[in-house]
Amino acid sequence: MGQVKLMKGNEAFAEAVIRAGCDAYFGYPITPQSEVLEYLAAQEPHKRTGMVLLQAESEVAAINMVYGAAGTGKRALTSSSSPGISLKQEGISYMVGAELPCLILNVMRGGPGLGTIGPSQADYFQATKGGGHGDYKVIVLAPSSVQEMADFAGLGFELAFKYRNPVLILSDGAIGQMMEKVELSEQQPRTTSFDQSWVTTGKSPDRERNIITSLNLDPSKMELHNRKLQAKFAGMQENEVRYERIDCDDAEYLIVAYGSCARICQKTVKLARQKGIKVGLLRPITLFPYPTKIIQEMTGKIKGILTVELSAGQMVEDVRLAADGKVKVAFYGRMGGTTPAPNEVLGVLEQQFLNS
Amino acid sequence: MNEEIIIAGFGGQGVLSMGKILAYAGMMQQMEVSWMPSYGPEMRGGTANVTVILSDERISSPILNQYDTAILLNQQSLDKFEPSVKPGGILIFDPNGITRPPQRKDIQIHQVEAATEASRMMSSKTFNMIVLGAFLKLKPIVTLENVVHALQDSLPARHHHLIPANEEAIKRGMEIIRKVS
Amino acid sequence: MENQSVSTDEIVREENLVYKKTSLMTSKALSYCPGCGHGVVHRIIAEVIDEMGIQADTIGVAPVGCSVLAYEFLDIDMQQAAHGRAPAVATGIKRCWPDKFVFTYQGDGDLAAIGTAETIHACNRGENITIIFINNGIYGMTGGQMAPTTLPGMRSSTTPYGRDIALMGNPLKITEVVATLPGTYFVARHSVHTPLNARKTKKAMRMAFENQKLKKGLSFIEIVSNCNSGWKMTPTQANKWMEDNMFPYYPMGDIKVNGEMVKKKEEPKA
Repeated sequence: MGQVKLMKGNEAFAEAVIRAGCDAYFGYPITPQSEVLEYLAAQEPHKRTGMVLLQAESEVAAINMVYGAAGTGKRALTSSSSPGISLKQEGISYMVGAELPCLILNVMRGGPGLGTIGPSQADYFQATKGGGHGDYKVIVLAPSSVQEMADFAGLGFELAFKYRNPVLILSDGAIGQMMEKVELSEQQPRTTSFDQSWVTTGKSPDRERNIITSLNLDPSKMELHNRKLQAKFAGMQENEVRYERIDCDDAEYLIVAYGSCARICQKTVKLARQKGIKVGLLRPITLFPYPTKIIQEMTGKIKGILTVELSAGQMVEDVRLAADGKVKVAFYGRMGGTTPAPNEVLGVLEQQFLNS
Repeated sequence: MNEEIIIAGFGGQGVLSMGKILAYAGMMQQMEVSWMPSYGPEMRGGTANVTVILSDERISSPILNQYDTAILLNQQSLDKFEPSVKPGGILIFDPNGITRPPQRKDIQIHQVEAATEASRMMSSKTFNMIVLGAFLKLKPIVTLENVVHALQDSLPARHHHLIPANEEAIKRGMEIIRKVS
Repeated sequence: MENQSVSTDEIVREENLVYKKTSLMTSKALSYCPGCGHGVVHRIIAEVIDEMGIQADTIGVAPVGCSVLAYEFLDIDMQQAAHGRAPAVATGIKRCWPDKFVFTYQGDGDLAAIGTAETIHACNRGENITIIFINNGIYGMTGGQMAPTTLPGMRSSTTPYGRDIALMGNPLKITEVVATLPGTYFVARHSVHTPLNARKTKKAMRMAFENQKLKKGLSFIEIVSNCNSGWKMTPTQANKWMEDNMFPYYPMGDIKVNGEMVKKKEEPKA
C-alpha cells in the first residue's frame, strides 16, 4: 500500500504527475486550478525528478510549449480551467493533427465567458466533440474523487502515448478544491519506454529526418491522414470505455452522471433506496469514448433514465442517442457554479417518473 | 458513524483550517473523510464555509444541503445555514457580533464565546481551536491526541511552537461551551 | 566548322566545381518565388549547422507563412508550429533538451503580429534559442496583405491606397523592442540580397548558434527581405525598392552584441 494523504484534488493531481514520471509542465494561473502550478512550484520537481516546470505567458503559449516538448517524446502536461481551455483549443487541434501525446487537465468552472469560479460541467461538448477546429477527438477522463485525480495522471499519460493523442482530464471546481484521502503510487522513473522513431531530437546519420506537423496541402493525402486519425478514435471506442455501476443490478430507474455530479447522485441513490425506490447510478469515467453500449444494454431493463449534470444538458444528448427512444430520458441540471443537493435530485426523479 | 458538518464564518477566522484539522484527525482514526470548501476570490474578509464529512463508510456526496452539525461564526452564516440543520441536529455559534440569535426549537443550540476567550488568552489565532474544542465536547468523534497529531502534520515546522497553545485552546473550548436551548 | 560540342561529363568535374548544394539541404526543389530571400537564408542555416557539425542535435521550428514548409528543404528534425507560436514551441523543446540547438524561423506577421506575446516573453525569459526573423513587410503566403512591418504609404492587398498610419498604426520595429529586453544576448539586422550581405548574415547566424552552445541567452536575427510577388515588382526592382525604402526604416547592422547595446553612430545630416 502506498502513502495515504489528505489532499485537495488539484494537489493530489500535481503530486501524482510528478510520481507518474512527467517530464514537463507548462501552465498559467486560473481559479479554480491554480493549486496545480503552486503545488508543483513548491515541490521543486526539477530537484525531485528533473521535471521541467514553467509558468507561461498565456494558456496559448503553455499548450504550444507542451506541443514542442511532446514533439521530442517527452511526457508533457498543462492544466487550466474553462476560459483557459478555450484558449488552448488551437494547440490541442494541432497536437491531434500532428499525433502528439500530452495530458491536459480542465478543472471546469461556470461559463459562458468569464462566468464564475464555482464548479460546472458546461464544457462537456467542448471536451467530447472535438473542441477546436477539424474532425478530432481526445480521450476524456472524468474523475469523481481526489483518488481518481491522482490515478488518472498515470493512466492519462499511458493512454496518450498508446494512441499518440492528447488526453483530457475533465474535472471541475468541486473535485479540484475538495480534500479527501488519497493513496499515492510509488515514484515512477522519468525514462521513456515507447517507440521513439517519430521524435524530433536531432537527425542522426542512421535515420531519416523527423517532422512534426499537422499540415498536408495535398487533399488526397490529408484525407488519408484523417482516415488514419478516425481509425485511431474508433480503436479508442473499441478498447478504452470505462464506467462504474452502482446499485444497478435490480434498478428500475437509472441515474447517469459523471464527475462531482455522480458523487451527489450516489447519495441520491442511497436516499431513494431508503424510500424503497430502486435506483441505480451509471457513472461514465471516459466521456470519449462514451459508454454507449452499456446504456443500450440497460435500456431494456429499466423504466426511465435521469441524467444529472452541472450544465443546461450536454451529456444527456449522448444518453438519448444511446437510449434511442426506447426509454424516457429526463434531465436535471444546475448551472453557473451551483450544485444540486442529493434530495433535490431525488425530488426530480420522483416527479419525473413516480408522480405521473 | 456518519457525521456531516458545515463550518461557516468570515474568511480569516480559520474556518477552513479548522475543518482540515478535523478531517485529518478523522483520517488518522481510519475514517473516510471529505473536506469541501466554498472557494472564492476573497483571500480575507469575505465569507468562507466548508463541509466536512467523517464516516465509517465510503462518502457519497461531498456536497450537502442538510447537516448533522452546523458551526456558524457570523451573522450571515447563521442566517444562511440555521435552516439547514437536520431536525435533532446541533448548532454551535459564537454570540460575538450576533444580533439575531438562532430560533429553531427542533435542534440543540449551543454557544461558545470563542472570540472573547481568544482575546482573553491573548491569542486571536486560537479562535478556531476553541470552537473545535467546543464541538468535540459535544461530539467526541476524534480524540484530542489525534487532533494534536493533525496539527503537527499539517502545520509547517516553523509554527510547531504554537501547538501547545492550540491544545490549550481546544481544552478551553470544551470547558466554555454552553447549551442555550 | 568542326564539331566542338562538350559532353556533360567533361564539364562536371571536381576541378570545375565553383558551387554546390549544401549537404543539409534536401533535394526537393525550393517552392519560393524566384528572387525571394528564403532560399538563401535556408542555405545559410544549413551551412552553419553543417559546419558546426550539429545536425544530430538541432531542432528547427517552422512557422505559418511562406516558410511553413521550411522542413521540406532542410535535412534536419523540425516541428511545424501554429501561427505565431514558434517561440513557445521552441521553449518547450529547449527546456526539455537544454543541450540541443533550437531555432525558430518566422515571418513578420507570425513573429510581430499574432505571435508578439510569445516573441516578447521568450526573449524576456532569455530562452537559449535562436530566432530568425524574415521581414519583408507583407503577408506573402496569404497574398500580400498588410503586415505589422508594412511601411507607411506602402501598398498591400488590404491597404490598396497605401498604409495610412492614422488608421493602421505604425510599422513595428520589434527587433529594436526585443533588444531592450535583458534576456536577449545578440540582436542584429541583416539582408541576403547581395553576396556581401549574405556573408554578413552567415557570420551573424554562426554567432547566434555559437551563443546557444555557450548558453548565453537568446539570439535574434532579423533579415530584411523582399517579396517581389507581393510587392508586384520584378526581383531586381524589389531589391532596389528594398534598399531605397526598407533599409532606411530598418537599418542594417548589430543592435545588441554580447548582451550590450551597440552605440549608434551619429546619422549624417542630409
